[in-house]
Amino acid sequence: MTDTPIHKVAQATPESMARRIRGLSDRTIAWIFVAPTIFLLLAVNIFPLIWTIRLSFTDYRVNRPNREVEWVGLQNYERILSDPDIWATMQATAHFLIWTIVLQVLIGFALAFLINKKFRGNDLWTTIIVFPMMLSPAVVGNFWTFLYQPQIGLFNYVVAFVTGADPASFSMIGDVHLAPWAIIIADTWMWTPFVMLICLAGLRSIPDSIYEAAECDRASKWRQFWTITVPMVLPFLMLAVLFRGIENFKMFDLVVQLTGGGPGNTTTLTSIDLKREAFEKWRTGYSSAYAVILFVTVFGLASIYVKALNKVKER
Amino acid sequence: MNTKHLMTAAVSALIAGGAATSAAAEDLTLCWAAWDPANALVELSKDFEAQSGHNMSFEFVPWPNFADRMLNELNSGGKLCDLMIGDSQWIGAGAENGHYVKLNDFFDANGIDMADFIPATVTGYSEWPKNTPNYWALPAFGDVVGWTYRKDWFERPEIAAEFKDKYGRDLGVPTTLEELKDIAQFFQGRDIDGTTVYGAAIYTERGSEGITMGVTNALYNYGFLYENPEKPYDLEGFVNSAGAVAGLEFYKELYDTATPPGSSNWYMGENIDAYRSGQVALQMNFAFIWPGVEADPNVGGGKSGYFPNPTGPAGQFAQLGGQGISVVAYSDKQDAALEYIQWFAQPEIQARWWELGGYSALRAVVEDPGFASSQPYAQTFLDSMAIVKDFWAEPAYADLLLPMQERIHNYVIAGEGTAQDALDGLVRDWIEVFEDEGKL
Repeated sequence: MTDTPIHKVAQATPESMARRIRGLSDRTIAWIFVAPTIFLLLAVNIFPLIWTIRLSFTDYRVNRPNREVEWVGLQNYERILSDPDIWATMQATAHFLIWTIVLQVLIGFALAFLINKKFRGNDLWTTIIVFPMMLSPAVVGNFWTFLYQPQIGLFNYVVAFVTGADPASFSMIGDVHLAPWAIIIADTWMWTPFVMLICLAGLRSIPDSIYEAAECDRASKWRQFWTITVPMVLPFLMLAVLFRGIENFKMFDLVVQLTGGGPGNTTTLTSIDLKREAFEKWRTGYSSAYAVILFVTVFGLASIYVKALNKVKER
Repeated sequence: MNTKHLMTAAVSALIAGGAATSAAAEDLTLCWAAWDPANALVELSKDFEAQSGHNMSFEFVPWPNFADRMLNELNSGGKLCDLMIGDSQWIGAGAENGHYVKLNDFFDANGIDMADFIPATVTGYSEWPKNTPNYWALPAFGDVVGWTYRKDWFERPEIAAEFKDKYGRDLGVPTTLEELKDIAQFFQGRDIDGTTVYGAAIYTERGSEGITMGVTNALYNYGFLYENPEKPYDLEGFVNSAGAVAGLEFYKELYDTATPPGSSNWYMGENIDAYRSGQVALQMNFAFIWPGVEADPNVGGGKSGYFPNPTGPAGQFAQLGGQGISVVAYSDKQDAALEYIQWFAQPEIQARWWELGGYSALRAVVEDPGFASSQPYAQTFLDSMAIVKDFWAEPAYADLLLPMQERIHNYVIAGEGTAQDALDGLVRDWIEVFEDEGKL
């Protein structure tokens, strides 16, 4: 028994240290190992969260270090929740969130379904499709501003080619009705590959034997799709929706680069609005309350969603 | 003293001198916006490095992020910048929040007299409170919004004739804003050499300060005032006066009828690009771009002309740009930073600054008999500097700017509500800011 790995480690431990450790319980040793991580979590996540919650009840402004900080209770929360501009921002975010998720799931799943078939050049096509998500959102934002340029933009020329309209007759990022769609199109272009990859993982996890059994039972392709493929990919799809939902709820860089939140407030998403309150208007207390509301919203929705996801997985 | 002693003394002096120099030599960092004048300043500063032994480093941030980045730096008490060429509107916050070193004693001790600088730049860039002899910066770069136009297009006989037929007057430099609008509308969608061109590139940018720096050129001239001249912070009826509403409506009409499609978020860079690429007949922009326009093979060398912001029903004004140079209070190298300001204030350095493309605010430079003819745009610069007005320079500058950006952009670009609604809303926002500040 003297040549087991544990014994070797024990022998390699210096006597002085071994004497010290011998006195410690397993629980204590476990805590010693976990403590650095817990400390980091407390310092980086928990403390700022508690501090933000505390600030949200004050009128603190970080750009007025000499100003006396007053405790304002729930006033910041009341102001935020009764501000029609904030609700307009929430609405813009919901519009962006819902449409990007719907489009990305539909197109991503369709692409995954196609890529899952065996054909020549499969790997090459996968690489090409995945390419947009490898780019930086800021680069994608910049890139699409050129594509949407009315005089020289490729997007306008393609639309003009299809519809016969004058390419300079519409501006995707300058028109209040088109701008919300402009950001949805750019985000969908960039992140559909991500959804596709997750769906592809789901499709490849379905054993062939199930389809073979269905074939034996003379189930049609359509029936196989709805009774085998969709239910078995659903947990993966839901996971993709969760990831994209959380990511797009805090979408910032791509939209700032593309529209700057405009024209007007039509593409001002909550994260852009929050940044303006916190780091342009310097209303630290107010923006802390705003951040807490957003945190609770995302956390609450994500928790409900994860429960639903677990139920689907259990089926 | 024999040769040996002389040599010893010389070597000792050299060592002592070298030691003194290395003890005093500092690495100074100057923070400013990333634009053409900054490159000129790098060139100019080589002389300072040679004279003083200090090393100069530069932190240049592109305009859209300049205020964000630098105000963050100042608010956090950062030591990155020893010298700051901050925007004119930051001066209140710089002074009241203790970001900048007060320069009065330094100016007195070194014979730097603010009377030697263009008065508008002293008020705009250096004083806080305004119109009091409390100086927090040395005027560094005079700038003002003006207009550039395609002189070569204006001079084409067929275009000039068509314009005269339509408007009954010659096509030339507009003297009023209404005339400017006519000209811009005349060029809108016009075919020139097989290319569709547009009227004017104007400021519409939403994210930083763009649309405010543009619209004020219409607002001022139609009667907008920031406050009651008799009663500070009294806004009602001044910010949203009938004249101000007409000015805002003018700007919206100009945007709707005479600007390139897709120009809904344009500021300095986009306007320059549109003009240089031959998309527009006119562009609104700060004077700093004029040396670049003159040097451009497509639009320079006599193809472009320059004129100050035209007059409106309530007078002729133009939005002040430009900056003063300040010593950052958090810097550990304030003495060396002050040395830089002392060097920069010298008339010969200021003259060289103008030669390199920097707009000097020193009267000895701009009042020199040869100045007006030194560049095609020099006279326009002088005329424009004589009619400047500036945005609030209160410590709450950012809080005042953001609602203006939002209200104006939402009305002009997104077409939300009326001009009256926008300005009434702006009054409410500004009152809230001043109440928060304890000034109302």
